[in-house]
Amino acid sequence: MKQTNIYDSRGLARALDTTAAWTLAIMWALPLLYAIWTAFHPSAYSTRFTLNAPLTLENFVTAWHAAPFALYFVNTVLLVTMVLAAQLVLCTLAAYAFAKYDFRGKNIMFALVLMQLMIMPDVLVVENYRTMASIGVLDSTLAIGLPYMASAFGIFLLRQTFKSIPKELDEAAAVEGASTLQILWKVYVPLGKPVYLAYALVSISYHWNNFLWPLIVTNTTNSRPLTVGLQVFSSTEQGVDWAIITAATLMTSGPLLVAFLLFQRQFVQSFMRAGIK
Amino acid sequence: MPRPATMRNIHAWLLLLPAMAFIVAFTHVPAVNTFIHSFMLDGKGGAPATFVGLEHYMYLFEDEVFRKALVNNLLFASGTIPLSIGLAMLMAFLVNAGLAGQSVLRLCYFVPTVLPMIAVANIWLFFFTPEYGLLEQVRGALGFSGINWLGNESTALPCVIAVAVWKDAGFFMIFYLAALQQISPSLGEAAMLEGASRLYFYRRVVIPLLMPTTLFVLVNATINAFRMVDHLFVLTQGGPNNASSLLLYYIYEVSFKYWDTGYGAALTMVLLAFLGLASIGQFGFFERKVHYR
Repeated sequence: MKQTNIYDSRGLARALDTTAAWTLAIMWALPLLYAIWTAFHPSAYSTRFTLNAPLTLENFVTAWHAAPFALYFVNTVLLVTMVLAAQLVLCTLAAYAFAKYDFRGKNIMFALVLMQLMIMPDVLVVENYRTMASIGVLDSTLAIGLPYMASAFGIFLLRQTFKSIPKELDEAAAVEGASTLQILWKVYVPLGKPVYLAYALVSISYHWNNFLWPLIVTNTTNSRPLTVGLQVFSSTEQGVDWAIITAATLMTSGPLLVAFLLFQRQFVQSFMRAGIK
Repeated sequence: MPRPATMRNIHAWLLLLPAMAFIVAFTHVPAVNTFIHSFMLDGKGGAPATFVGLEHYMYLFEDEVFRKALVNNLLFASGTIPLSIGLAMLMAFLVNAGLAGQSVLRLCYFVPTVLPMIAVANIWLFFFTPEYGLLEQVRGALGFSGINWLGNESTALPCVIAVAVWKDAGFFMIFYLAALQQISPSLGEAAMLEGASRLYFYRRVVIPLLMPTTLFVLVNATINAFRMVDHLFVLTQGGPNNASSLLLYYIYEVSFKYWDTGYGAALTMVLLAFLGLASIGQFGFFERKVHYR
């Protein structure tokens, strides 16, 4: 049989590759599979793996009532939505300016924007905390979201996209009397749709999972997102009932996980697109 | 009426202004303030801060915990960066090797990326737990004595590195998969006509062509190595005896547990210096991207 693709492994190499691939896959999936096992079985079976172990949802019920997870969910959804909405608007406007205008100070401004890729708000926690205290918004969802509302990554990504859109399109629209913002809204935004989707997925998973800054800037259940809530819950749980902690763990990552399994292809492609531009 | 060129300038600035205001307010201003506050001592009970010169920086040299966190962070970086990049490349090659079930493989490798670090750290905590943790059960079954993986000064940092590599490798794999798709199929066809082996093709063609991706991933991995501390909160709290503390975690402790924000600012300057080094690499990368276009 003729090999048609040099990347395909054959013969002994194929056996080795298969072994390596699945060993890695099991190592990478094991923690999650294990968490699923523990969460859906009574705690007596946490480390006993038998086929006849009874299934139960009891752990989820107990965890749900042991901490205000419903409130945490609301906070996280609110945070993620607010940050994404602000990012989409601010980054679109800025990216359009960088892609289609020549103006004085453009290069300096772009360099200033790119600096945020390296010095992310994540490492400036001490000063950002001071800022939040001085404007009086400590312990609120707004305080968690503010430092992230304009994203250099988003601006860079959209700028690349807008630059690839031919100028003839907006000239045609201008001839028909469309204003700058109308051209942006009617021509550029629709053409950038796949990039917007990619960016949205990256942003949602980043802010759903973010922990250190929300931990610092919140101190009551009224503003805590899921990640901080989970940490407070599992570190104060004295009895260390693993079944309940893993149930809470799965609960907090559940929506992202389900979304990922449903939209796996788009998700992976989005991450790829976000990475190579 | 103003000239059209002036109008375009005004338009551009109006479009840019909202985003710029946020970026300056939460990146540049705090970065400058960090620098200023690193020379100040906070006044107690609302008293104004006093200028203390280089005192915080001098203290860095005496501070044992800082030295430990710094050394740990360098070890953490030199462990996580090569391991996660190497594994990411291997994973991409394996997913691309035409094996059965490759979409399942890709899913397994990528899943840690979507999960919150704080959540998966809880699961890993159980793996490492003495006596009834999974790792110890396996070792016990094989007849080894118990090890307290996270409670031991020599094993805590390696455990923390392992979790970080597990979390990042699948993420970096995606970039390699994307780059592999960009390599022209004719190169592979030519190599086969010439009778080149697969390994030779990888070594002499594929890996060199992946260099820009490797550079991109390298910069991201470096930034992550100085930024990723979420799992410490669950696994070790920097312990035992600061054996697994990292810079950003120590900054958190100093600033928000002991409320010594002046010293926290000096520590942040050290962290910014490392990120600055990484950023020089990043800017070099962007320059090259621009030239390619």
